[in-house]
Amino acid sequence: MIGIINYGSGNVSAIANVYKRLKIEHFISNDVSELEVADRYILPGVGAFDSTMRNLCESGLVEMLNEQVLNRGKYILGICVGMQILARASDEGTEDGLGWIPGRVTKIKRSLDSLKLPHMGWNSLALVDSHPIFREVDLDTGFYFLHNYYFHADEPAHVLATVQYGYELPCAVGRNNVLGVQFHPEKSHQNGVAIFRNFASLGIGI
Amino acid sequence: MIRSRIIPSLLLHNGGLVKTKQFGDPKYVGDPLNAVKIFNEKEVDELAFFDIDASTLKQEPRLGLLREIAVESRMPLCYGGGVRDAATASKIINIGFEKVSISTAALDRPALITELANEIGSQSVVVTLDVKKNRLFPGYSIFTQNGKQKRKEGLAEFCKNAVELGAGELIINSIDRDGEMKGYDLDLAKFVQQLVPCPITVLGGAGSVDDMQKLIDTVGIVGVAAGSLFVFKGTYRAVLINYMRPSRLS
Repeated sequence: MIGIINYGSGNVSAIANVYKRLKIEHFISNDVSELEVADRYILPGVGAFDSTMRNLCESGLVEMLNEQVLNRGKYILGICVGMQILARASDEGTEDGLGWIPGRVTKIKRSLDSLKLPHMGWNSLALVDSHPIFREVDLDTGFYFLHNYYFHADEPAHVLATVQYGYELPCAVGRNNVLGVQFHPEKSHQNGVAIFRNFASLGIGI
Repeated sequence: MIRSRIIPSLLLHNGGLVKTKQFGDPKYVGDPLNAVKIFNEKEVDELAFFDIDASTLKQEPRLGLLREIAVESRMPLCYGGGVRDAATASKIINIGFEKVSISTAALDRPALITELANEIGSQSVVVTLDVKKNRLFPGYSIFTQNGKQKRKEGLAEFCKNAVELGAGELIINSIDRDGEMKGYDLDLAKFVQQLVPCPITVLGGAGSVDDMQKLIDTVGIVGVAAGSLFVFKGTYRAVLINYMRPSRLS
């Protein structure tokens, strides 16, 4: 059962809708005791880093997530700002992140004068690691991106995929059971559906 | 490789979809949720909705309808119309829209752009400008009130200022070309593309895949928006929701 974490930041219903179509068991909740029994989590996130992090702290879910994710090893997938808050900190704000994957969220550099910011639109992916989360993903078609900041991982081994925008930017990170994607799988048609389907079966060995 | 975005731009009027010609003569073209379902199947790059009543009649955005659209949509969404404060923008983002567009409210009070950027992040703040070519003097003027009111703000100055205040995208809508289906105003597109450091989307005039291709070939990576092209078919403007992309997107 997948728990979609509803802490007032992010598009939980579009994600639930994908799982409904896939007939994969899921629920939306902001309740500690309900979420405790989920076997994996999706952590959405939109807006600014600080407001997202504050929403999560105020929801009272952080302690439960620390226990379930770090101690019990349940899978979690952070999406967009939900991925960025897996880092220690962000150039966009002053709040501490969760720090589950060592790294810092950094502003994309305008390496060329013609490079427009934010990075907006559909872009192809290059895999660093053949992680099962990318099974049946058409890398050329790629995903929809909308961001000014990216996850700069301390350990190159934690970068699962990159995207080319002026230079190579990490766009998917993973450390054991903790995963994050910068792009929007819930808004990326069949490739997005593949990500959600793959996430649901990680560790089950299908 | 990043690609140009091909964006159906849909107008909401009384909860239904309409298409205008030079901002007048709205023709009913269907139900918004049905359109979203069709565009899902076509794997559309991005969808933009503009409520043409909300700003002029000082109505609030129809959050109920927007929620239904967002739940159904598997593609990124932008909404514009009647957004006058950061709290409303934040609601629309949390409903599941990626971007919120402001126009009249941004011209009336440019500080709103910064307020939105602080609340929802500048990547999600869109400023849409309806522009018309000047009749006597060179250049363009900005209009509001569905093309009825001419503004004093200069186009170049306001565009640059909007980005400095926190806009993450500008949508440039040509009133002269709206519904004409005779091609984009390429001079206008080129001018704004070179002017600002953020992505722009050009709207108004697309009548064919060739028109979209010409825009991309002229200005590079760009948002290519169209209304009529994606809702009408043939010279008699029969309603048919459809989607197509030019072959070269970058």
